[in-house]
Amino acid sequence: MEIDMTVDSFKFLPRIIGKFYQMTEREPSYPIPWTPLERPIQECKFGLVTSAGLYQLGVDQPFDLERERTEPTWGDPSFRRIPAGIRQDQLGVSHLHVNTEDVLKDVNILLPVGRFQELVDEGTIGGLAKWCYSFMGYQGFPPDTTLWEEEYAPQVAESFHEQGVHCVLLTPT
Amino acid sequence: MPVLARTLEAANLSTVLVTMMPYWSEKVGVPRTLGVEFPFGHTLGASHNVPQQKRVILEALNVLAEAPEPGRTVHSGEIWGESVEDAIQSWQPKEPSPIIAELTPKFRDMLRKQRKNKTP
Repeated sequence: MEIDMTVDSFKFLPRIIGKFYQMTEREPSYPIPWTPLERPIQECKFGLVTSAGLYQLGVDQPFDLERERTEPTWGDPSFRRIPAGIRQDQLGVSHLHVNTEDVLKDVNILLPVGRFQELVDEGTIGGLAKWCYSFMGYQGFPPDTTLWEEEYAPQVAESFHEQGVHCVLLTPT
Repeated sequence: MPVLARTLEAANLSTVLVTMMPYWSEKVGVPRTLGVEFPFGHTLGASHNVPQQKRVILEALNVLAEAPEPGRTVHSGEIWGESVEDAIQSWQPKEPSPIIAELTPKFRDMLRKQRKNKTP
């Protein structure tokens, strides 16, 4: 049965944080970018991007939480490259703004590598890029996303194009 | 994250953002959004709840395929299986983040002053 529902963005937020969001002025800048989907989903190769603060244990540096602790208005803008075939026990997470216990049990709640591999196997989608990308969602206060927009997201886009990616699923925390 | 969606979309990639905050996604102007009423840190569902994760992902793929114009938001009908009070407690970090610890007392004070000024 289909349920007609409007998502309440503030349902799970403590009141004080919700109030802060509601008092923050922001208007979209137009035009909103648009790349039409030019093939059926079954033929699309997907890339995955999350802001969960994931990194590969023993391979990557964690995100810089020490600097955030001493400089709370700053958030690490860098990103990590995660192989789509990664195992749960190879993942670490750096994020001071959410409880990370559940993603350390099941990465699919934020980076759905297992679910997307199943979709490839079933033929629902055309493919999954070998490399996924993880940022860390907190970008300071007030947020500064300049490096994301001008340097890091274009690098991720270039890598996705090299891998033949058509579509990207993004999952914030 | 909404700005990442915009930047990747502008770089010739078709994107869909799944978020607990469609309110913010609309303020920033995200190309395609699926809103989910889940606690933070659980964007695609509960850990190990494979059917739920899959339903959300398929909804997102549907938004990707069907959104007729930029800025479209679809609201998922998925329901979180935990009380709101428990979920609010469990998604938050054990210690408040540095910025929350620093700003909450100041913000609370500001709201208190605003309320006081409004009282006749």
